[in-house]
Amino acid sequence: MKLAVQDLTKVFVTEGGEQVTALEGINLTVEDEEFVCILGPSGCGKTTLLRIIAGLETPTSGTIRVDGEVLHGPSHRIGMIFQEYSLLPWRTVHQNVAFGLEVQGKGRKDRLAEAEKYLDLVGLGNCGNQHPYELSGGMRQRVAVARALAIEPTALLMDEPFGALDAQTRNLMQLELQELWKKTRKTILFVTHSVDEAVFLADWIVVLTERPGKVREIVPVKKCPRPRDRTCSDFVGIRRHVLDLIAGGSAD
Amino acid sequence: MRRPLGIILPILLLIIWEIAARSINNQFILPTLETVIPVLLSPTVDILGTGSLLHNAAVSLERVGLGFLVALAIAVPLGVGMGWWPRLDAFMDTTVQLLRPIPPLAWGPLAIAWFSVGLSSMVFIIFLGAFFPILLNTIDGVRSVKRTWIEAAETLGASERQVLGKVVLPGAAPTIWTGLRVGFGVAWMCVVAAEWLPGTTSGLGYLTLYAYNFGQMQYIIAGMITIGTIGIVFDLLFRSVENRWFSWRRLER
Repeated sequence: MKLAVQDLTKVFVTEGGEQVTALEGINLTVEDEEFVCILGPSGCGKTTLLRIIAGLETPTSGTIRVDGEVLHGPSHRIGMIFQEYSLLPWRTVHQNVAFGLEVQGKGRKDRLAEAEKYLDLVGLGNCGNQHPYELSGGMRQRVAVARALAIEPTALLMDEPFGALDAQTRNLMQLELQELWKKTRKTILFVTHSVDEAVFLADWIVVLTERPGKVREIVPVKKCPRPRDRTCSDFVGIRRHVLDLIAGGSAD
Repeated sequence: MRRPLGIILPILLLIIWEIAARSINNQFILPTLETVIPVLLSPTVDILGTGSLLHNAAVSLERVGLGFLVALAIAVPLGVGMGWWPRLDAFMDTTVQLLRPIPPLAWGPLAIAWFSVGLSSMVFIIFLGAFFPILLNTIDGVRSVKRTWIEAAETLGASERQVLGKVVLPGAAPTIWTGLRVGFGVAWMCVVAAEWLPGTTSGLGYLTLYAYNFGQMQYIIAGMITIGTIGIVFDLLFRSVENRWFSWRRLER
C-alpha cells in the first residue's frame, strides 16, 4: 500500500478567533511495508498529522491518498493506536479485540475466533476473558494493537503508543513491535518525541520543525541493520544528527 | 467498625423518643413505641377503612413506578441527544433550566386542571420529580465518555449509530444509573406529597394525612417509617446493581 500525503496544511481557529497554523505544506510518500517515524518537538503538530491521516480530523487543504484514492474520514485500511488507553473498560479483552468485526456485522463465533488469533499474535492468547483494568499498561497497548490488526488494515498509525510506559517495558515493546511488523508486513507510521525510539524503529524518520510543523528533513535509517544495536557507530551517528536537527543546530 | 458505630444513635433516639413520649403523655403529640410497633407488625390489617399498610404501599409504589418509567423513557433518549448533539442541547437547555427549579408539587393545581384528579395527575407530578435528575445525569454521562473511546471506535469502522449504541451509551451507563437512582428517590418523595392532592383516596401519603384527621398519630408515624424503609430498600437495590454492573468504573483508573 502506498500512502501519500500531499500539500497538507492544517489551520486551527482558537476560541479568541486567532488562526494558528499547526501544519504547513506537508508532503510524504510512504511505500508498502515501510516503518516510518514522525519526530518533532512537542506542539509541532505530529499528532495532528497522524489524526488527519486516520480521518479523525479534516485538513484545511491538501489530501491523503491510499493507493491513489483520496481518503475522507476513517478507513478500514488504516488502523490507529492511541497514546492514552483506548480500550472499552466494560468489555473483556476478547470483546475489545472483536469490536471492529462486530461493527462490520460478523457473527459472534467468527469474530471471537479472529480475536483469539490476533491476541495470540501479540502474545496475550490466554487473557481474552480478562477486563482491561486487570492488565498492565504494556498489555493494554498490546490489546489495542491486536484490536487494530483485527480489521486487517494495510497500515497502522501509532501515536506515541509507548509514551506512558516505563523505560524497561518500552524497550521490550519496541522489540515486540518490530517482530510484529516483520510478521504482519504492515506499513507503520509511528509518532514519537523520543529520538532514540525513532532511530531504533524506523526505516526513515520524518523530522518536523516547531510550529508551524513543516518537514525539516527526512532521515534514512535503513542502512542500520535490524535488530539495531544502540551502541553501533551508524546508530550513534544518525542519533546525533537527528538530535541536532531537533535542537535546530543543523540549519543547513 | 463503621456499622456498629452507626447503629448507636438510632437506638439512642428510640430510647429518647420513648422517654419523651411517656413524660409528655399525650398520644396526639408523640405516641409511644408500643402503639406504633403493633401497627408495623401487622401490615395486612386495615387502617381506618383505607386498606392495609401493605395495600397502601403497593398503591404508592405503582404510581411511582408509572411516573418513573415515563420519565426514564423520555429523559434518557433526550439526555443522550442533548449530550451528543450540541445543537439540540443549545435548543433545549434554556427551557430545561427554566423548568427545573419549579418544585414538582407546584404543578399540582395545573396537573389537576389538565388530567383531573386521580392517577394521571399524580403520575404527572412524579414524572416531573424523576425527570430532571435522570435528564441531567444522562447529559453529564454522555459528555464524560472519553473522547479516545469514541475515536477508537470510529477508526475501527463504527458508524455514528454504532458509536452511540456501543460506546456512548455503555460508557455513560454508570452516570445514567446514578440519575435513575436519584430520580427514583425524588419520585418516591413526590408520591407522598402528590397523594395529599384533593380527590385521592389511597396510598401512604393519603394514609398519613387521613390518620391526622382522626388524631391517630401512631398510624402517621408507622406510615412515615414505611415510607422511609421503602426508600432505603430501593436505594440499596439501585446501589447493588451499580456495584455489580458498573464495577469497571471503579476499577478503571
